[in-house]
Amino acid sequence: MNFTLNVWRQNTPKDAGRMETYQAKDVSPDTSFLEMLDMVNEDLIRQSKEPIAFDHDCREGICGSCSMVIDGVPHGPERGATTCQLHMRRYKDGATIAVEPWRAAAFPVIRDLVTDRTSMDRIIAAGGYVSVNTGGTPDGNEILIPKEKQETAMDAAQCIQCGACVAACKNASAMLFVAAKVGHLGQLPQGQAERNQRVLRMVEQHDKEGFGHCTNTYECEAVCPKEISVGFIAQLNRDYFRTALQGESRR
Amino acid sequence: MNESAKPASLLNGNVPPGPLPEKWTRYRSEMKLVNPANKRKYTVLIVGTGLAGASAAATMAELGYNVHTFCFHDSARRAHSIAAQGGINAAKNYQNDGDSVWRLFVDTLKGGDFRAREANVHRLAEVSVDIIDQCVAQGVPFAREYGGLLANRSFGGALVSRTFYCRGQTGQQLLLGASQALARQIQLGKVKHTARCEMLDLVLVNGKARGIITRDLITGKIEAHVGDAVVLGTGGYSNAFYLSTNAIGCNVTAIHRAYRRGAFFANPCYTQIHPTSIPQSGEHQSKLTLMSESLRNDGRIWVPKKADDKRNSRDIPEADRDYFLERKYPTYGNLAPRDIASRAAKQVCDEGRGVGPGGRGVYLDFSQTRDARGQSYLVEKYGNLFDMYARITGENGYEQPMRIYPAPHYTMGGLWVDYNLMSNVPGLFVIGEANFSDHGANRLGASALMQGLADGYFILPYTIGTYFASVKNEAVRADAPAFREVEAEATARVKKLLSINGKKTAIEYHREVGKILWDKCGMARNRQGLEAAIARIRELRAEFWQNVNVPGTNDNLNVALERAGRVADFMEFGELMALDALKREESCGGHFREEHEDTDEKGNPNGECKRDDENFSHVAAWEFQGDDKTPNRHIEPLEWNDVKPIKRSYK
Repeated sequence: MNFTLNVWRQNTPKDAGRMETYQAKDVSPDTSFLEMLDMVNEDLIRQSKEPIAFDHDCREGICGSCSMVIDGVPHGPERGATTCQLHMRRYKDGATIAVEPWRAAAFPVIRDLVTDRTSMDRIIAAGGYVSVNTGGTPDGNEILIPKEKQETAMDAAQCIQCGACVAACKNASAMLFVAAKVGHLGQLPQGQAERNQRVLRMVEQHDKEGFGHCTNTYECEAVCPKEISVGFIAQLNRDYFRTALQGESRR
Repeated sequence: MNESAKPASLLNGNVPPGPLPEKWTRYRSEMKLVNPANKRKYTVLIVGTGLAGASAAATMAELGYNVHTFCFHDSARRAHSIAAQGGINAAKNYQNDGDSVWRLFVDTLKGGDFRAREANVHRLAEVSVDIIDQCVAQGVPFAREYGGLLANRSFGGALVSRTFYCRGQTGQQLLLGASQALARQIQLGKVKHTARCEMLDLVLVNGKARGIITRDLITGKIEAHVGDAVVLGTGGYSNAFYLSTNAIGCNVTAIHRAYRRGAFFANPCYTQIHPTSIPQSGEHQSKLTLMSESLRNDGRIWVPKKADDKRNSRDIPEADRDYFLERKYPTYGNLAPRDIASRAAKQVCDEGRGVGPGGRGVYLDFSQTRDARGQSYLVEKYGNLFDMYARITGENGYEQPMRIYPAPHYTMGGLWVDYNLMSNVPGLFVIGEANFSDHGANRLGASALMQGLADGYFILPYTIGTYFASVKNEAVRADAPAFREVEAEATARVKKLLSINGKKTAIEYHREVGKILWDKCGMARNRQGLEAAIARIRELRAEFWQNVNVPGTNDNLNVALERAGRVADFMEFGELMALDALKREESCGGHFREEHEDTDEKGNPNGECKRDDENFSHVAAWEFQGDDKTPNRHIEPLEWNDVKPIKRSYK
């Protein structure tokens, strides 16, 4: 298979950036999207040109590193999959494909397709955990958790922090990401003690980082590689308003 | 003992005295402690933020130490621990099926073919139960039964059900627990975290590990960091094989550079080839994807009885199928340990009975389970794995058998550490997969997560205190000559890579060295092959430094440069793997020397390991002697006080 790629190239964060065209030739349909980019990069290096920089690591859809907007859709056409899980058999031979980085004020471009997503780490650091130190914890079976609760928590906990939800959102809101963590811990008995504080602090940090507000367009759910439900945003909103109405103060 | 195996010196693992089950408890009660008020005076540098690194960093920060963590990802949470699917073992005996700390200890030791240190393995089994409690308290959503209690599954190499899991992503959930604990300490100001940063070298001052040299991956800035101890939690080196189940970024650089600075490298030839990976589809492939071993609970592994049977799997009747694991190992069947299952798969493929493109594959068939319990059972238990398989191969694993083949996965070898998890270099601690300590010659499933978290949450935070309480570190600054010197060397190396302007890419060299290691130092090894591999790797390495092409500069994100530096280290380290395999003249666990194959009652070779306890019941630890010089082989004899090494049988 052969493809024409229009790829965003940007040397430094301050560089204006531009689309450049590359040819990917003799690509096997079993090749993954990133492996096709590897082939393009190998050709570039052999010509002593700098390869296209992109984030990637596990290449099995779990580390959340890969982050490309492909033909306008974060992670491309495959539903419930990351960029690294997309294979070229999904495309027609001869197709032209546009590849761009995540675009959001809170994710500045570092180089080419690589963006700075540490803003999401800071949201977690603001309260996305249960405050327990190591040691002195009760036996795992002393905390009974109904199977449905655990399954719902697990549905939310699957978030891989890739940021596709932000890239898809017209407001560049990270509310699905925040809701996934709030929803995961909020389902579980272990997360109850800090439930109110958590939602306030995480939403506050979210706003501070420059992410936009959620206007319920559900683009996030459509592109989420782990298919996390927007229902968790509704739960986050309930927690947030209840806590705000109660006038709970932030620690 | 033959000439080549003669040790340069004997190493002491510093195992504390006392009866085995009480060693750790007694040692902990009697160890020297650091005054709580003084802990903040110590700075610990931790490289790598996977399960081991993140859990150690969070715990030590909670205790009051100053911690500085480093990772090459953009976020601590992306370390490769995240990819572990199956689960984590713990001797909870929640299933009332006869499990105990002792049984987990013996299973782990036996699984490792009696090539691990007794006392370390027992301690691992002891703290396994605390890990589950810790993770539950953090909100890790382990699978539950309808009554709300924790659920378990079985894993290879065990006859009890002791594995805790979170669907098919146990690694991610445990890592989130640890990295969220780390995030909390970052927020509290107790941990300084530096992301997108790679360790290039280790700095020793007066024989003690006192710092590291790093390269900022975005700006290229090469920097020195000073600490009172250095902890490496930098994972394994399976990517030496080029194609492995590891993430693309996994590399040997940190531990290899520490080895070059004097830390001994133990058992580098002990690599684990995992039996249930998706077979390679072509040359373009950049990595292999693992299917969790837990699939072997409900899938049956088979190949056609006759060679070159080209029929569709569904058209092959039961009578013409060979369920070779069930046939050869009736007790453990499809749950035989990884090394045994992998070698058995290689054997049937070598006999021409492999399936799929290239004949390098065996079937993993779920039809019996599907017929007995319904597809919904499979969907609930392994749904994401079936989805993943379909995505990669374009085939439906519910309808037709999956195809699997062994792939390099985990490395049992690593830097040598004593009972305190300290290397022979004072102040250099090594945790998780990066050390050699607990898995011997083969690791059992669901015990990597256990070891990473045991080291990080419950062992290192204690033992590092005994070190601080017993040494007096002199004040050192990052501009001291020792730091300047190593920094200059690291800088020169980067400049050299950028100046060669040759014709081949680093990935091309990586692919070549990986193929040499896979062919000659993979599932089966022999003297001739290993000697050829060493010679060929040397040639290739010399060529690399003349002919590699690394475009770009050092003052910007340069992905080609990152890769080239890592490949350069794999090409040095690959030689050490082959050398260790050459000198270990026995077969044990994942290390199968064709010259040392066991025989059946009739005296015919049967494909099993022939261990040589008389001459090789020891850890081999290599000491670097200089470029292109043969390193010294030290040994730590393994003592068997409580368990008698038996012939490993899973029949």
